[in-house]
Amino acid sequence: MEKKISMDITRRTLLAGTASVATVSALPAWAASDLSVAAIYTLPVEQQWIGRIHKALNAANGIAYEYSENVSNTDYERVMREYAEKGVKLIVGEAFSVERGARKVAADYPDVAMLLGSSFGPEAPNFSVFDNFIHEPSYLTGIVAGSDTKSNIIGMVGGFAIPEVNRLMHAFIAGALSVNPDVKFLVTFINSWYDPPKAKESAFAMIDKGADIMYAERFGVSDAARDRGVKAIGNVIDTAADYPGTILASAIWHMEPTVNAAIEAVKAGSFTAEDYGIYSYMKHGGGSVIFDDALVPADVAAMVEAKEKEIIDGTFTVEVDDSEPVSTA
Amino acid sequence: MEFLEIFLNENFWQAAIRIATPLIFGTLGALICERAGVLNLGIEGIFTAGAMSGWMAVWLGAGLAGGLLTAMIVGAILGLLHGILTVPLGLSQHVSGIGVTMLATSLAYFTYRTTLPDVTSPPRIEAFQPLDIPVLSDLPFLGPALFQHTFMTYLAFFLVFVVAWVLKSTPLGLAIRAVGDNPSSVDSQGMSVYALRIGAIMAGSSLMALGGAFLTMAAFDAFFFGMVNGRGWICIALTVFASWKPRKALLGALLFGAFEAYQVRLQTEVGSFVPGEVFLMAPYILSIVALIIVARSADYPRALLVPWFKGER
Repeated sequence: MEKKISMDITRRTLLAGTASVATVSALPAWAASDLSVAAIYTLPVEQQWIGRIHKALNAANGIAYEYSENVSNTDYERVMREYAEKGVKLIVGEAFSVERGARKVAADYPDVAMLLGSSFGPEAPNFSVFDNFIHEPSYLTGIVAGSDTKSNIIGMVGGFAIPEVNRLMHAFIAGALSVNPDVKFLVTFINSWYDPPKAKESAFAMIDKGADIMYAERFGVSDAARDRGVKAIGNVIDTAADYPGTILASAIWHMEPTVNAAIEAVKAGSFTAEDYGIYSYMKHGGGSVIFDDALVPADVAAMVEAKEKEIIDGTFTVEVDDSEPVSTA
Repeated sequence: MEFLEIFLNENFWQAAIRIATPLIFGTLGALICERAGVLNLGIEGIFTAGAMSGWMAVWLGAGLAGGLLTAMIVGAILGLLHGILTVPLGLSQHVSGIGVTMLATSLAYFTYRTTLPDVTSPPRIEAFQPLDIPVLSDLPFLGPALFQHTFMTYLAFFLVFVVAWVLKSTPLGLAIRAVGDNPSSVDSQGMSVYALRIGAIMAGSSLMALGGAFLTMAAFDAFFFGMVNGRGWICIALTVFASWKPRKALLGALLFGAFEAYQVRLQTEVGSFVPGEVFLMAPYILSIVALIIVARSADYPRALLVPWFKGER
């Protein structure tokens, strides 16, 4: 079910092609100008997380970008190998469900730079990792939610309880508690990345229980908030335009610093196995907080901005907690 | 006793009925196919195709009625494919059903991506809104629970009784039941076994597509790949649970909807000391238990899964 944007090079044409031009140059024409970058995604590019990477790569200068979306985990290694065989210089993707296989492929192609989303560390010589470390803006949206809630109950609907999700939820909780220690949290996971009707039902259940702010980790939660007239906090992408008057604030992930740093390193020939997670921190412009000025009072906005400054200049650190959050209400 | 108080909440019953709606469509569809003697495992893919095509038709300006019609036509075409493979060609119903699911799922996604190559989030449509029925919608408890649903939910309930009546009390229903029990007897009456079976599969498949369309046109207002998320397979189990009877299918779907609505509420109730995965399993475990209790005495169509060839003894 994977869809290729570019044309496939079969093994036979590849062999024939390299044999005939071996003495001249084994490099395809596009290699002369732009750096060839391939991305492999396990979900469609509409998915928030993947959409951020896709957007950054589309915007990056001086690269020839191609991608395969909706690649199943069982197929992931094959697609990686295909791109590596094809002569791609940098492969971007996600290794969460294929850690072992992806690392094996990386070891087989030490000349191809790999930049994969992972919960684990980098691996020499070419396996670099990144992750959505936007716990800092999540903490800031927590301040907004904690200040705004009237019922002191905040609902949170997540996809799967994995570190990437948990750490943002914990940071959000910490932010809310920092301004309002009485807030209680309702937490559910729907065990699917992509079931908006189910996420919506979970959110309805929380609103029925008195939640007046919904932390929207999945598509569908903001819809429930809008339908019942409560507020929502966005995550990773900016959906405020789709839900006017509903989204108080959002923690946005910017993949551009990560992608650009990796592209620079590959171009300079200095790419090594590194943890690029740091490029998602606010200091590097990898995360930001936005809020609806019409919904968030000026004193709360000022408080958030003050905290943001402290985070960026390093005087305040948001704790990274990867454990599974639980309901406290 | 907060975990029992959930049942006294009208919003819980509203959610149960809302969650049950696509399952009612799907189970009715599967039931019609199987009553005619053909298992239709294309259901999961037909759900996806119905969800995509109905939503896209509305987005392209066909209106909600046009969306429903488009979904039904797409479902019927996929049903025709499954029918040709399994009825005159007599191929394995399991294999061709899975094939139809894979084809329909991929086609839905292919169409989606070629139509919308560059979207960051799928466009939204004006979906079916809950109807405001005079007096009834304002009743305490019963109003929110029963009378604040979308048109499609009422359509699903209405279809339960239509299908039950057609199968039980009309010559067509008798012929469909006969073709699933003893196709040779239908043939000896001068009726076409092939036409009846293919027709039943097409009709059933268009109902399955409506189940998918409910997800994108009423429960939600956009199509996401993978959003059907196993609901089609649930319908196959519910059909056995219902012993191939429409009213029992309604009951089974409502039961499942209630389990599901209960689990999302229970998760916030006792989620701090019971792992969330237990709740996610609960509807499926309860379905299996119900299946064990009910299906042992199930009166299945005698010619289910048996291909029939004219002139063969």
